[in-house]
Parts: sequence; C-alpha cells; structure tokens
Amino acid sequence: MTNRSQLAFLALLFLILLAVPFMGSRYLTELTVQVMIFSLLALSLNILVGHIGLVSFGHAAFFAIGGYATAFFLSRWQLPLGIAMPMAVLLASIFALMIGALCVRLKAIYFAMLTLAFSMLVWGIIIKWKPVTGGDDGFVGIALPQFLSSPQNFYWFTLAVVSISTALMWVLSKSTMGQIFVAIRENETRANFLGVNVRQMQLIGFVLAALFAAVAGSLMSMYLRGMYPQSAFWTQSGHIVISVLLGGVHSFVGPILGASLLYLLEVTIHQYTQYWPLVMGLILIIVVLVLPEGLIGLFRKLYTSVRRE
Amino acid sequence: MTMFSASIWEESSMGILQVEGINVSYGLSKVLHNVSLKVGKGELVALVGRNGVGKSTTMRAIMGITPSSSGQILWKNRPITKRASHLNARDGLGYVPEERRVFGSLTVWENLDVARRPPREGLEPWTEERVFALFPDLEHFLTRPAGLLSGGQQQMLTIARTLMGNPELILLDEPSEGVAPLIVAQIGKKIRELRDTGVSIIMAEQNLDFVLNLSDRCYVLEKGMIVYHGTAAELRDNEEVQNRYLHI
Repeated sequence: MTNRSQLAFLALLFLILLAVPFMGSRYLTELTVQVMIFSLLALSLNILVGHIGLVSFGHAAFFAIGGYATAFFLSRWQLPLGIAMPMAVLLASIFALMIGALCVRLKAIYFAMLTLAFSMLVWGIIIKWKPVTGGDDGFVGIALPQFLSSPQNFYWFTLAVVSISTALMWVLSKSTMGQIFVAIRENETRANFLGVNVRQMQLIGFVLAALFAAVAGSLMSMYLRGMYPQSAFWTQSGHIVISVLLGGVHSFVGPILGASLLYLLEVTIHQYTQYWPLVMGLILIIVVLVLPEGLIGLFRKLYTSVRRE
Repeated sequence: MTMFSASIWEESSMGILQVEGINVSYGLSKVLHNVSLKVGKGELVALVGRNGVGKSTTMRAIMGITPSSSGQILWKNRPITKRASHLNARDGLGYVPEERRVFGSLTVWENLDVARRPPREGLEPWTEERVFALFPDLEHFLTRPAGLLSGGQQQMLTIARTLMGNPELILLDEPSEGVAPLIVAQIGKKIRELRDTGVSIIMAEQNLDFVLNLSDRCYVLEKGMIVYHGTAAELRDNEEVQNRYLHI
C-alpha cells in the first residue's frame, strides 16, 4: 500500500470513529473503545515486528505495567490523570530500557524467548505482589477522574489518545529513524557498515514500542476500572503477535485491521461457544499457510487481480 | 614467493590507511595470511586477483565486518583493528559491498538518507544534489523502491549511499562485477571522478583492464597472500605476474 492510500485509510477511519458515538448504541461505543485500544497495542508491537524485524513474545508486559501503574498512581497516590498517565508510561519505558538492553543482544528466536521470559517474570511479580497489584484478584476499582466517568467522554478521550499516538507512530515510521529500522530489518550488517549502531537503534525501537503499549495499557485499565494479571500473561502477548500477523506486518495500517478483526471475532464467537482459542488457532494456521502478508496482502492481491480484469 | 618492486611507495605521501600483517580465518580455514598494504591520501589502490583469493575478506577486515585475528590496521595512525564497523563508518571509512546490496524495500531517497553522516573537514560535503550530479540516473527514481532498480542503477546507488556518509576512504568491492560492459565503462568514469575529488579509494577487482585504467598502485593477491605490489604501469608491463596470477 502506498503512503497516500494508507493515509486516506487512516483519515477515513478517523471520520468513522468520530461518528460512532452518534449512532446511539452504547454497546457499539464501548466495543469501539476496546477495538481502538487493541489496535494501538498491535501498532506498538509492529514497531518491533514490522519495522525492526524483532518478534517479541513479551509485549504484554509493558501493556500490563502501563495499566497497573496508572491504576496505582490514580487510586493509591491519587495523582491527577495528567500526571498519573505520563508517569505510568515513563515507568514502563524505564522497564523496557532495562529489559530491552538485555534482549537486543540476542537474535531471532533467542530474543523472542528472552522477551517471553521477562514478561512471565512481570506476570509473576503481579501475582505475588498483592499489596500493590492485588495479586490474583487484580487491581479492582480505579479512581477515575470525574470527566471520564461517562462512556461518551471516555470514548472521546480514548479516540484522542489513540489518534495522537497513531499519528506519532506514523511520523516515526516515515522519519529517518523509521527508515533505519527498516534497514536493520533488511540487513543488520549492511546497516552497521553504513554507520548505524544496530543494538542501540534496536533498543530505542524496543523502548518506543513499550511506550505505546503502556499507553494502551493505561487506557485499558481505566476502561475496565481495574487491571488483571492475565494482561501480562504470555497468551496476551501471543494475541498481539497474531493481531499483527493477521493484519500484515509490512504496512502501517495492517495491525489496525488485524487487531480489530481478531477482537471482533473473539467477542462474536464468545457469544456462541467457549472454544474461542480453537478458532484463534485456526486463524493463525490460515494466516501462516495462505496469508503470509496478512489481510493487507490479501487486499493487495484482490486489488491487482480486479485491475487486471 | 613475493616480487615486490622497489620505489613504488613514496614515503612523502603519508598513508592514511596502513594494514600490517593481518590474518583472518573463517572457522578453521585461514583465508588471509599476513596481508600488508598501504593507502595514501587521495590515492586509488587496487586489490587484484582471481575469485576467492581474499580480496573481499581484506576489505571486510579493514571495515571491521570480519575482524582479523592478528596483525594491525592503522587508520590515520590510530589502531582500528577490532573496532566495530559502525564506528569505522562514522570515522570516515565508506564500504561499498559487492553484488549491489541495496535496501530493497526502501526507496532510493531513503537508501541515501539512512547513510547520511556529518561532513568531514577538508572534504567537500556530499549532499543529495552533489550525489545526483555524479549519478543523474538516480534522481529520476527517488521514490522507487531500490529493489526495483536495474543492476547498474543499484550499483550506482550503493556507491551513492556510501558517499552520503562523507567518507575519506572508499572501499569498493568488485564495482564492475555482474554489470553490462557499457555500465562498467560508466562506473569506471564515475570512480575516476570520485578520485579527482581528493578522496582515497581502495578497490577490489578481478577485471584487470578496469584496474589498470583506474588505479595508481596495485596489490596482487593469491591464496590469501599478497604476491606482487607495483604501480599500475609496472603491472601492465609485467606479463609474468599477469600470466601467473591474473589470467584464467
């Protein structure tokens, strides 16, 4: 997809999202909030997977840290949202800096395994550190600012935060740094002898990805009025990876499509059966076997074949 | 057996790069034996030899991509033997790999942008305008993914990309390999233009005519060793060396 068509898609999406609260369905509004948050989360992982070429299986850790920290700062320290949310994102970024510094030394599967290990460590801490996190029961009852208590207002807030984050990621992906990320994905050695400090750039990418994941986590904790340990579990990380793969890694908008479809499918299928994981497994198999470039790749193929006729 | 001719190295031109007895192994097999060479400021030095004699490995060792196990590499009289290649690139060594290794999914402009480094004292800085003045073809394809360019254009792009780093020494690995004869002549012309800007160049090549037309001095490699060293004129007249080490 060209830059222009991706921007047109994003603009159209934004217009549709502006209209959603006026459609009169509270269910739709709330569902859209969740879809936006998961889209943001998938976009953040794609900085690593799609741009730099590092597959993290522990991305949920930063989603969870962002969520728990927001919950803690808002409820226990009773900080205003304008301070609590940035602080939560900063905290997650600092964790990412430390974890990332160790992880980016490794390649491919070893990188994936180490990120998985660290995320399970975070999950373990969340389970055990009951006084702060609430342990198994989760952090229940977040003191949300008054203006966010109506679903409408929360929708606007989420739309604003997700849009700004998406815009920032777009700018990043088109910047020199974004190009350097792609250069690293294509060939580390080549980027290296052109003067790129590959490890350092990978670490920067890792922290940026975690930062936006923490924003998503922060929104999710406020939406749910609580945060739960499953948000850091490896299945959550897997879910994000599948979203990205389903949408297509080598385009900016792909993860939005993937996350949206996957979440909507999950919600729909849950109404009929409890075997959602089975369906998700099938989706993963289909993506890997016949849609290596995800939905975006499928659309591209359809588009070219229609044009040929 | 070495056949060094005398008087070929003028000590007055202080070498900016000195390679002193480096050895490189891939696993158990040793591919470079005690290789020494020098490049002077503004000089165009060629490494010649048949396929697989260690020309590329020498270039990669200088650049820090395949570090040498012993010996020493001096860059402006400072040792850089085991330094990481990104630091070498930032310090003025510009490597142009063989086989036109562009970033295929980045556009031409993005390929250049990735390699951009600050200008260097004493050398005119490379800007896009200056790069396009040297390689006018590239300007027409600014927004095209580099993977869709022709072989010759990709070769031009790998050179142009390295120039964006404002190198003081360019390491050109097999610039004439796998491109059409007409393009080879064009690339030769560009390399001469580059040398005229005052930049030092070290070039690995199999194409003897190409080398003799362009270079100031030549090192002949055979089985990972330097077996002859002389000016281009001396090598042109030395049929024995040509027959023994260079002709197929």
